[in-house]
Amino acid sequence: MTTRITVDPITRIEGHLRIDVEVDDGKVSKAWSSGQMWRGIEKILVGRDPREAWSYTQRFCGVCTTVHAITSVRAVENALNLEVPLNAQLVRNIIQAAHAIQDHIVHFYHLSAVDWVDVVSALDADPVATSKLAESLSDWSLNGPHEMKAVQERLKTFVGSGQLGPFASGYWGHPAMKLPPEVNLLAVAHYLQALDIQNHANKIVAILGGKTPHIQNVAVGGVSNSIGHDAPSVLNIERLMLIKEFIDKLDHFVKSTYMTDVPAIGAFYLDWAGIGGGVNNYLTVPDFPVDSKGTEFMLPGGFIENADLASLKPIKTFDDAYFRDGVAESSKHAWYEGDKALHPWDGETEPQYTDFQDDGQYSWVKAPTFYGKRAEVGPLADVLVGVASGHEGYTRYLNQTMDILKAVSQNPDIPLAAVHSTIGRHAARAIRCGVMLDTLHDQWQRLVDNIGTGDLDTFNAPEFPKGEIKGVGFHQAPRGTLSHWVVIEDGKIKNYQAVVPSTWNAGPRDADGQIGPYESSLMDNPVADPEKPLEILRTVHSFDPCIACAIHMVDTEQKEIVKVKAL
Amino acid sequence: MVEKELDFSEVEKRLGVSRRTFLKFCTGVAASLGLSTHAAIAMAAAVADPKRRPPVIWLHGQECTGPTEALLRSEQPSLEHLILDLISVDYHQTLDAGAGHQVEAVKKKAMQDNKGKYLLVIEGAIPIKDNGIYCKIAGETMLDITNEAAEHAAAIVAFGSCASWGGVQSASPNPTGATGAPQVLKDKTVVTIPGCPPNPANFIGTVLFFVTYGKLPPIDDKGRPKWAYGRLIHENCYRRPHFDAGRFANEFGDEGHRKGYCLYKLGCKGPETYNNCPSLEYNNIGGGVWPVGVGHPCFGCSEKGVGFDKPMFSLADVKTHTPPNMFPAIEQREASGGLTAGAAALAGAAAGAALGAAAMGAKKLDAKEGDQD
Repeated sequence: MTTRITVDPITRIEGHLRIDVEVDDGKVSKAWSSGQMWRGIEKILVGRDPREAWSYTQRFCGVCTTVHAITSVRAVENALNLEVPLNAQLVRNIIQAAHAIQDHIVHFYHLSAVDWVDVVSALDADPVATSKLAESLSDWSLNGPHEMKAVQERLKTFVGSGQLGPFASGYWGHPAMKLPPEVNLLAVAHYLQALDIQNHANKIVAILGGKTPHIQNVAVGGVSNSIGHDAPSVLNIERLMLIKEFIDKLDHFVKSTYMTDVPAIGAFYLDWAGIGGGVNNYLTVPDFPVDSKGTEFMLPGGFIENADLASLKPIKTFDDAYFRDGVAESSKHAWYEGDKALHPWDGETEPQYTDFQDDGQYSWVKAPTFYGKRAEVGPLADVLVGVASGHEGYTRYLNQTMDILKAVSQNPDIPLAAVHSTIGRHAARAIRCGVMLDTLHDQWQRLVDNIGTGDLDTFNAPEFPKGEIKGVGFHQAPRGTLSHWVVIEDGKIKNYQAVVPSTWNAGPRDADGQIGPYESSLMDNPVADPEKPLEILRTVHSFDPCIACAIHMVDTEQKEIVKVKAL
Repeated sequence: MVEKELDFSEVEKRLGVSRRTFLKFCTGVAASLGLSTHAAIAMAAAVADPKRRPPVIWLHGQECTGPTEALLRSEQPSLEHLILDLISVDYHQTLDAGAGHQVEAVKKKAMQDNKGKYLLVIEGAIPIKDNGIYCKIAGETMLDITNEAAEHAAAIVAFGSCASWGGVQSASPNPTGATGAPQVLKDKTVVTIPGCPPNPANFIGTVLFFVTYGKLPPIDDKGRPKWAYGRLIHENCYRRPHFDAGRFANEFGDEGHRKGYCLYKLGCKGPETYNNCPSLEYNNIGGGVWPVGVGHPCFGCSEKGVGFDKPMFSLADVKTHTPPNMFPAIEQREASGGLTAGAAALAGAAAGAALGAAAMGAKKLDAKEGDQD
């Protein structure tokens, strides 16, 4: 018997997402991913000053704050062929790395952990045994019995109040919940601790960015943080040392707790290492430029096909034609006119709302392709491309994660291919978080050293020529490959398009009818109880959806929207 | 509410005062705040029985989750403290453990059970063009959802510029007809906390005022709490002396910019934006953590008609050119005093304990009451 399930809204994500599946014999046989909101920000950008596009695009998303600001100025700088002072690159890189760390921590502990952790079961745990277990896994300082007891007491009071707030709708006691009470309690303790810890990363972002969410130190040509030693300037050694304090605190938590919790919890869910594999093509871009031209990077980029690491084709610079020429978007199954896949610079899009049609149009998200193929982006792609490129950090942390997984599950034969899965995406995010910390340490040191050489430059003023210029800026964002595409005419924006990570992953069927990464990953997912589709949430959450980002449009001719069919 | 139903033994232990003294004190506090005797008893009840946290229904429209993310960074109090101890967030798409129809059912039940008592928080704009199809949740438009939830709300708070006046997506040509909550809910009082995103303290300070005192704080004609939005940024900016002295940065990284001069000529909209950024700053760090503090002009993110409207690098419309030219003489200033240290401490304890309760005064407020100064 076929059962149709609609999950709307998908919660614990950014934005408005609806997932539909058909379930046959307890397994998903068909899936649809549908974005349910559209704002039209690219359309608003047409005719505006390219120097302020970043402040609009950053508002695509408050969860992925910073990423659309920095990618936007990169796109404009690319169009102008404008170099960025090294200090400015490093300031941006520190912000990006710190933001990524915050984003990954929050995604695991606060947005997705309750898919795996039964909060109510933690009430039955023995706090002393919980502490012992925690101490056996890591040297994190807040794993003691008193801490575990205090957390349990707090939870008791909360549950006892009868007002469960956001936890009232949880899937407590669901048959797919497998953790022993002690592991559940440990996870709840770290959930609460992580709320504090993530703020260390926010403070790094805010010290440089002026605030978070939504930084304001961004400028086409550099950053607004002036550096000086002879006046009350903006960035000085006091600020840098404050940042260093927060980096060290983050380091301890991420490496001793986050990077341990994920494989330790994963060990209880090994079946999910065989579920949720996606399209098996992986795309990422290089990032963390360490020169003013954007030709040398800390992290590698590239494209892997059919889960074969040997197939890696590298992407090397901001100007790499292999990336620039490969991206296209289809709106055949999205609520816009037109069927053909078009390059972002040539995109033509007019809304055409039809409501949800299984075989027709069903989403505000478009379907991007790379040389005609669907591609998954995000930490899993970053890790796989990193390992395929021989990146030391990615390789070391992947091995470490696999070792913990094998040790806790007492299963020495878990193959590396297990990463192409729902659990694999969580593991990859933790691995990437470790790489981000190492990058953050490195970029901080480079900035201190570069200022020490007497270089105080932070800004190169942009000059816009007459006529048309085009640029692309990209970023290896926390959710994956992000690119902004801009066409500028006489110093004004003529066309603007963002191809964002959740567009790559959440997109509907493309021009050739190929399903996207979310849809593909849901195939064959078990669903024990169609009324409580926890398993669907697990796989969708593993991508870290961000739907406000994913939905946008480009309107080259600035036509009024006229063809919307209201319900 | 009957006094003798309340168990004050806990309070006596906690605050070290007798029941009689405590009730008398609550009546005094309530009177000084312009609240009724009923409110005083409710306040006492809240202290004595801090079990029931005020229910909150939180809607997300066209937004980027920036305000919720801002709250995640709050430390006064933390999000954890807020949702575990102070309020009961019964529906919030970013936080809810469940999804789909489960979470919608919880929302409907919470709204039914707490009819007339829940606080409605709106995050995000409401698209009204083409019957609102540009934002749908569980098959319903944000427009319908907002109207439905507002009907029986005790109070409504629009959190962020999007909910306050439309925000970024309402910028010309406003492709989806993005509209702020006060413009959609014309016959209701909507408190607005604009900013992109706002300082979480401005939201929490306002919500906890409501939770504590059972009424909204004084607001201006745009629904903004005066305690947070009563001054132009320009009036409290520490770069202001440079403006008055004619010392300006002309480009990022130039000599004036490095010396921390005024950013007016770079397009700073501080002179026409009402917000407390310079005094409160962001993210509880100190030392100049706000946009102007990192050398960037304010672009008026909280101000309708300025943020996402005026070009970033265009000159602001200066509403106050010079410092006030007349100060009151020292001897004319009012003598301070009145409250003793002990009384202030007790007031703090009572207000703090009362945070836990809401039922006490969660009454519907009309525009007049909300607008009082």
